[in-house]
Amino acid sequence: MPYATLNLCLVLLAAWVVIGFTGLLRPASVGFAGRALFPLGALCGAALAIVAVLGLPIPPERVILPFGLPDLPFHLRRDALSSVFLALLGGASAGISVFSAGYFRQGAGTLPGLLCFQYHVFLASMGVVLLADDAYAFMVAWETMALSSYFLVTTQHRIPDIRRAGFIYLLMAHLGAVAILLSFGVMQGTSWQFTFDAMRATVLDPTWASIAFLLAFFGFGAKAGIVPLHVWLPEAHPAAPSPVSALMSGVMLKTAIYGVLRVTFDLLGEPLWWWGLVALAFGLFTAFYGVIFAAVQTDMKRLLAWSSIENIGLIFTGIGLTIIFHGLSMKSLAALALLATLYHSVNHAFIKSLLFLGTGAVLHATGERNLGRLGGLIRRMPWVAWLTLIGALAIAGLPPLNGFVSEWLLLQAFLFANAVPRPFISMLLPLGAAIVAFCAALSGYVMVKFFGVIFLGQPRESKLAEAHDAGFLERIGLVWLALGCFALGLLPVQVISRLEFVSRYLIGADFGARRTEWWLLAPSVARQASYSPLVFFGVGTAVVMLTVWLVRAFYHRGVRRSAVWDCGFVRLNARMQDTAEGFGQPIRHVFQQFFLMERKLPTPFDKAPQYHLVLADRIWRGCYVPIGKLVRKIADVAALLQQGRISTYLTYSFITLIALLMVVL
Amino acid sequence: MTLSAFAYQLLEIILGVITAPVLLGWVNQCRAWLQNRSAPSLWQPYRSLHKLFYKQAVLAENASPLFRVAPYVVFGTMVLVVAIVPSLETRLPFTVAADAIALVGLLATARVFLSLAAMDIGAAFGTLGARREMMIGFLAEPALLMVLFVAAMISQTTSLPLIAERLSSESLALYPSLAFTAVAFAMVLLAENARIPIDNPATHLELTMIHEATLLEYSARHLALMEWAASLKLYNYVCIGITLFLPFGVATQSQGTTGLALAIVALALKLLVAGSSLALFETVSAKLRIFRAPEFLATAFLLAVLGMLVHLLLGA
Repeated sequence: MPYATLNLCLVLLAAWVVIGFTGLLRPASVGFAGRALFPLGALCGAALAIVAVLGLPIPPERVILPFGLPDLPFHLRRDALSSVFLALLGGASAGISVFSAGYFRQGAGTLPGLLCFQYHVFLASMGVVLLADDAYAFMVAWETMALSSYFLVTTQHRIPDIRRAGFIYLLMAHLGAVAILLSFGVMQGTSWQFTFDAMRATVLDPTWASIAFLLAFFGFGAKAGIVPLHVWLPEAHPAAPSPVSALMSGVMLKTAIYGVLRVTFDLLGEPLWWWGLVALAFGLFTAFYGVIFAAVQTDMKRLLAWSSIENIGLIFTGIGLTIIFHGLSMKSLAALALLATLYHSVNHAFIKSLLFLGTGAVLHATGERNLGRLGGLIRRMPWVAWLTLIGALAIAGLPPLNGFVSEWLLLQAFLFANAVPRPFISMLLPLGAAIVAFCAALSGYVMVKFFGVIFLGQPRESKLAEAHDAGFLERIGLVWLALGCFALGLLPVQVISRLEFVSRYLIGADFGARRTEWWLLAPSVARQASYSPLVFFGVGTAVVMLTVWLVRAFYHRGVRRSAVWDCGFVRLNARMQDTAEGFGQPIRHVFQQFFLMERKLPTPFDKAPQYHLVLADRIWRGCYVPIGKLVRKIADVAALLQQGRISTYLTYSFITLIALLMVVL
Repeated sequence: MTLSAFAYQLLEIILGVITAPVLLGWVNQCRAWLQNRSAPSLWQPYRSLHKLFYKQAVLAENASPLFRVAPYVVFGTMVLVVAIVPSLETRLPFTVAADAIALVGLLATARVFLSLAAMDIGAAFGTLGARREMMIGFLAEPALLMVLFVAAMISQTTSLPLIAERLSSESLALYPSLAFTAVAFAMVLLAENARIPIDNPATHLELTMIHEATLLEYSARHLALMEWAASLKLYNYVCIGITLFLPFGVATQSQGTTGLALAIVALALKLLVAGSSLALFETVSAKLRIFRAPEFLATAFLLAVLGMLVHLLLGA
């Protein structure tokens, strides 16, 4: 059956659009959108994931849809690369949609039916981005994705801060889109054909190819959030409803990763190795910058947004390594780095969605995003707490969960890079490994802060005592994503055997397992390294169980509950716990030159001492504010021309006409 | 993968779990001698553990299940670390499942659970300790990873037994890179095991304590497991150091039971020397202010990175 997989994918994407439009029938009904449409959307997502995974080994399929411009209909194509990202989209969105079914309620913002429409159009447009095979279809889908997500971000559009966050997001999205469009323009060469096939066939000289790469890198980078184009993430994620944050952070950022991979390895053909250095440098800096800012945040969703920036940095680090190795024709190492990149993309989709949905459940139960007003929720909402803990441990890169696997692969790629024929690169790469190791360790710090301050300790506000656990549908969504984290962590060989189709397709090399046991991950490049999470997890569980059993069997004296000891201090209250600010203090202290701090310290003579500290992003103040001022200045000058009187404008036209006539004649 | 390999693996685990408190006892004994005190017995840690295991556990009213699970997880993790560090033997079947990177991951897991448990009660000291523990960790962990990377690059593998075999087979080859990393590793060992100059295991001085602050709310068997895990951690770090910098005498494939007997003797000697030098170092140095700890650890991290650069520059 030719084109079966592609057609099935298209049917499922169309189903999403239909579900979206159905939502418009009864825009004000929460029950209709929530109980009927969102679960249907989740089913479509799960089906899409299955279809995409099964379709991975099938060679590329194409179809031409009769939409679009007269001489440029929509070309669509499904290959291994798009399949991986489609599976990611379907798998993560299934969990998010089920959660959303229980999450959205009647509020002051967008009506539920309209929200359902925007949500499903957003999903479908991401699918089309992944399938597009010409620049026109790609840009249409890309813009639909940006617009629909803009409307989703500004669900609570009556709040000015949220409108501002949405505006920054839209602005950055369009800056990126312009760069991508220009990149397509460069890549078509002189063929004036905007299909991707034409771009694959065009051979550019190195200068133009580099220009196209850099345009695409920064264009997609603005969407993904590489520093210094990251400014929209920490604004948009806290503004959006949690399932939307999950979708944007978990899935939409990955479409940008897809774009970079598609342009670099597929459309441009042979990448030059120094592009990899650019990607590596930006990736490492982004990871570092993201994680130190995550450590000092006091808003739980902003913290996760910064953590997403960190992970995007790690993914770009992987892309950089892949390009370097590929450009220096070290195929098997390039395949290893590419697999690490793809693996981390999939992992991050599941983990970050899980964490964002966890914050959504907390937000619903308490109405608080501020870490300083949370605490102790593990006792009131055990489901959310334990499932979020899985996500937190996974993103901190702890074995045997999935974050560790991709970290392991990435470090292996770094470690065996000393055979690179350029000496200064083989010197630089281990320093990169040092930064990756540092980011991984610091993300553990961030996650202890995140989980500990929200769920552990004593409730910092009295109203937290009434917090309720997540509802049934919300729990299903969380469980789905947590199971995804477990499966991706425990079955790396199976996952990699799927991802290998992409590395074979793009690079022409695969993982090259040294041993082919189904439970043992053993890449051939890293000569004798191996990792087996199943054995690891099994033995670990056995040891813990044995310890429990031995302790129970020999020494059982029961448990008595009593007041908190705290070294005998009796007037303990919730305000004495460490706060989120306190938890960020060591990081602020160690990396103070990276933060812009406005501090107001009390003096010993103050009657009512006040301490106050504002942390800001240097890049925002240093780059964006001056650019904004410059634009305003130019606008002011331009405004001198705008007199608002018709006679003036007629004079302008007249002068222009005369000037043009003088040129022509 | 023969039955004997599994027997060796089991032997190593049991030996490690049993020896760890004795090593701690030995360090305490040396310290007491050096400080002109009459020393506690070598078995004192066992007596404390026995006492703690026999007591009734007192839990804070608001302790969540996480608080009760954490000691078992931390202890179990440390036992797994014993299983993968080739201190006696290089024929360890479990090391196929976990390499040097997984070792660092395991140590991080233990640290994260310890810190989360410390935050669970919501007492002032617990959260303070958790924060400090994580602060030490985020600098010590990459430093340890870099140390292991240098050894991994020298031996072209991240599998720990192979690293040990490779390093011990070189007849007294000197690696300048390993000299840098040895210093870095020693610094990490001190910081990670709550030793002077970062932390003082002998006091509960509230302004400076790190590790002890995380355990304040624990009692009885939970405390016993945590204490045992702490002694296992010290044992593990010393064994990692031995594997990387003094791997001589480790029993390998080619040697039989005599090799194993020799390895046990060699390990005992190395532990004695390591324990007494630790005690000596602790006696002659003073504790750093807590704000100095990041500088101390950053130095360790940079030394490890320097070791890696030296390795790449000199190829040795």
